Amino acid sequence: MQHYETVFILNPVLSESQIEETVKKYQKYITSAKGEIIDTENWGLKKLAYPINKKKSGFYQLIEFSSEGDIVSDLELQFRRDEKVLRYLTVKLDKYALAWSQKRREKLKSKAEKPSEEKEQESQPREPVNA
Amino acid sequence: MSKIEEQSSGGNQGEIRYLTPLNIATVSKKKYCRFKRSGIKYVDYKDPDFLMSFINDQGKILPRRITGTSLKYQRKVSLAVKRARHLALLPYIGDLVKEE
Repeated sequence: MQHYETVFILNPVLSESQIEETVKKYQKYITSAKGEIIDTENWGLKKLAYPINKKKSGFYQLIEFSSEGDIVSDLELQFRRDEKVLRYLTVKLDKYALAWSQKRREKLKSKAEKPSEEKEQESQPREPVNA
Repeated sequence: MSKIEEQSSGGNQGEIRYLTPLNIATVSKKKYCRFKRSGIKYVDYKDPDFLMSFINDQGKILPRRITGTSLKYQRKVSLAVKRARHLALLPYIGDLVKEE
């Protein structure tokens, strides 16, 4: 078993339900090939640094999974055949990368939990300035 | 160096004499590998803002002699930049990449 991480860019013309559908399709493929999905991240609509297929933005999606190595080529073949996918990148994660991604996940989690607290802290010093 | 010393010691040869030694940095600051110093083991291609510090205004990867990165991590940096370029997180070419 190896750990992999794949990022792909979806066509920005798609509706949100279509995006969910395609992401689920790939997740299903990984689980059906005895892979285990560790984490998914949706980066949302992002501006591309340069146009790809005359498109200036795209939906980024990240899937981290562990599986046998032979499914990667099949997964990439599906990406290549899929017109909705503008770009894809699959990387093998070494032990340092694994530690890094775990840290990143914890950071994102704590960020998702704490936004209300941070806002309160920000607003406190501002109030006396206004008064 | 020798000139500065002469001037600081108040030699009569120079026209301008200084009471205190000139404040010129004769020893340049030593460059260091930021990955080794801060203990970063993995260079993440998903973080374009961080990789920005290793490319120039045109989007080219900066050489080691400028950033001071050790060879081990320079290889990882260049790989990360190339991956980020593939995913359109960083441009392959550009003008004033950093100001955008």
